[in-house]
Amino acid sequence: MSVAAPEQSLLGDYQRMQLIRVFETEAERQYKLANIGGYCHLSIGQEALCVGSVGAMADDDLLVTGYRCHGFALARGLSPESVMAELFGRVDGCAHGRGGSMHLLDPDRGYYGGWGIVGGQLPIATGLALSLVRRGEKKAVLCELGDGAVNIGAFHEALNLAALWDLPVVFLVVNNRYGMGTAVHRASAEPELFRRAQAYRMIGERINGDDLDEVGDAVGSLLAQAREDGRPSMLEAITYRYRGHSVADPGTSYRTKDEIARYREGDPILVARERLLADGADEAEISAVDAEIDARVGAAVEFALASSEPPLDRLAAGTYAPGSAEQFARMRPGSPFGEAELVFEAGLGT
Amino acid sequence: MSTPSLTAPGASGSGVREMNVREALREALAEELERDERVFLMGEEVGVFDGSYKVSAGLMERFGEERVRDTPISEEGFVGAGVGAAMLGERPVVEIMTLNFLLVAMDQVINHAAKIGAMFGGEVRCPMVIRTPNGAGNQLTAQHSQSFDGWFASTPGLKVVSPATPADAKGLLKAAIRDDDPVLVIENLPLYKEKGPVPDDAEHVVPIGLARLAREGRDLTIVAHSFATVRALHVAERLRESHGVEIEVVDLRSLRPLDVETVAASVAKTNRVLCVEEGWPTYGVTAELAARIQRACFDDLDAPIERVGMAEVPLPYAKNLETAALPNEDRIAAAALQVLDLA
Repeated sequence: MSVAAPEQSLLGDYQRMQLIRVFETEAERQYKLANIGGYCHLSIGQEALCVGSVGAMADDDLLVTGYRCHGFALARGLSPESVMAELFGRVDGCAHGRGGSMHLLDPDRGYYGGWGIVGGQLPIATGLALSLVRRGEKKAVLCELGDGAVNIGAFHEALNLAALWDLPVVFLVVNNRYGMGTAVHRASAEPELFRRAQAYRMIGERINGDDLDEVGDAVGSLLAQAREDGRPSMLEAITYRYRGHSVADPGTSYRTKDEIARYREGDPILVARERLLADGADEAEISAVDAEIDARVGAAVEFALASSEPPLDRLAAGTYAPGSAEQFARMRPGSPFGEAELVFEAGLGT
Repeated sequence: MSTPSLTAPGASGSGVREMNVREALREALAEELERDERVFLMGEEVGVFDGSYKVSAGLMERFGEERVRDTPISEEGFVGAGVGAAMLGERPVVEIMTLNFLLVAMDQVINHAAKIGAMFGGEVRCPMVIRTPNGAGNQLTAQHSQSFDGWFASTPGLKVVSPATPADAKGLLKAAIRDDDPVLVIENLPLYKEKGPVPDDAEHVVPIGLARLAREGRDLTIVAHSFATVRALHVAERLRESHGVEIEVVDLRSLRPLDVETVAASVAKTNRVLCVEEGWPTYGVTAELAARIQRACFDDLDAPIERVGMAEVPLPYAKNLETAALPNEDRIAAAALQVLDLA
């Protein structure tokens, strides 16, 4: 069994969750070694939600997420190498070192980003869905957002548009109980977030986001309704992040260590492991899977370290579409100091 | 690159039709809707209402509700929907009723649409158009009389064009729709009724990044775009009659990319330059022009670069105050005479 394409089974899900856990634990370590910079938001503790929801997607469904996206990217099948290289800012990263932790993507797998502004990805998800409808394609969009995103205006506008236009989007609200350090009840006048859906005559449900089967069943059924009937929905999945908001946040100023310890007792990876053992798997089999994942993540780090930094003489590449260089050629006279070398001669419009 | 023609379109006199800017824009939309299935329009009142300023009049009837899509008052929502659709290869043309309302969608324009190409390593693109009028002069007061052209044109990842004639309105909008990047087309309310010749050609596309020599002269260059170009041309005629000077007028047409080459060539000839814009000059389009001109044309200049823009106040309602605050022809003429040492 390979880590890249595990079978649809509890063992496969365990493997995918464990990959996310080990990957992010290693990312945290690499961050502290200064091999990773910027913001780095970990989803440790939320793996069942990542694996269960993405596992319920069809191969040609589309995915957009916020910035806590390593788990979703890995669950969607991005290689640990391409994600780790992206975190390292290297040329072999999935965004070629241009995006970093928050801006993972893989259009070939229908993953249209990793977005860094809370709620900004929601209108974009409606646009992806609008395009699917225009083309008559029976696909759906899974749009992940955090509990903090429900209070920004884009949330309201996007849900209204999705419902008004019958767009095939499932808005998956990852309620990990804190938007940064602000508890849900301190931010939302209606802390039962799924009830917001009623205002748009949209399906709204709440599930235990740490229960693999519950997540898979709910997301699968809502995606099917979106695909078949063009019915958007909002699914609130309750979970908990064991780490702080980002690697820079110890995560203890707004919650107690006891609280974290209490939630860790329901660690979805431990639960899956117990279930596997109860189903007759033996320790050696699971340990072999763990070892393979450790090796895979180790290899991802080696890959990232070996990958080149993006070339300086391509600094401006991608900023504009290929063919744009000619449009910009006449802008060069009188440019600010260094602009010629940094931009005009560094891939602008290529 | 080959030397582009800088003469006015239709100058040859054959194969042109007279129409106003509004009609020229409508033709561009209709032709591109006809040409490319991926093109669709979206915005407030673009369909049933026939467009707040009637640019899209009749298009819903002709192309249907799917391709001319009315939206609720949700600029951030539907600009973002345009971004998402563009990422899948559609060619959305999003109308914002006026530039002032684009402020509530700034996050989608600046922090999403403009970032996609670079931030995702060139793996996806965002070929969308946002078209919207700006402009003051109808006593619309502070919240509805603004020109933020420079804000948008300062953002890498966006392209910004702003036509002054019917021919350019049509040709630049078509170029924007065919472009693979997000393009903001800044139109102008008072200009919608301006008439001019438009080439009778469905392939009339004006290249992005190419300024237009709107009037030839030898004594002073006025650099402008959009409605300021029209004012500048009037001033040029007025000062020819009153002072016998010949003013050259460069119509930028594109703000990003900015055709400094054409501006610099003109300044090298006239040695004097006045930059005019509808917006506030501080940190504005004319500030950018002045910085680039002094660097590109340092040895050519016989007088300090001068600028005229909107008076730096929120635009007042009272007609006399509004008129005084605008970059009106009297103010442009006075500035021109000063640069010409004729004041």
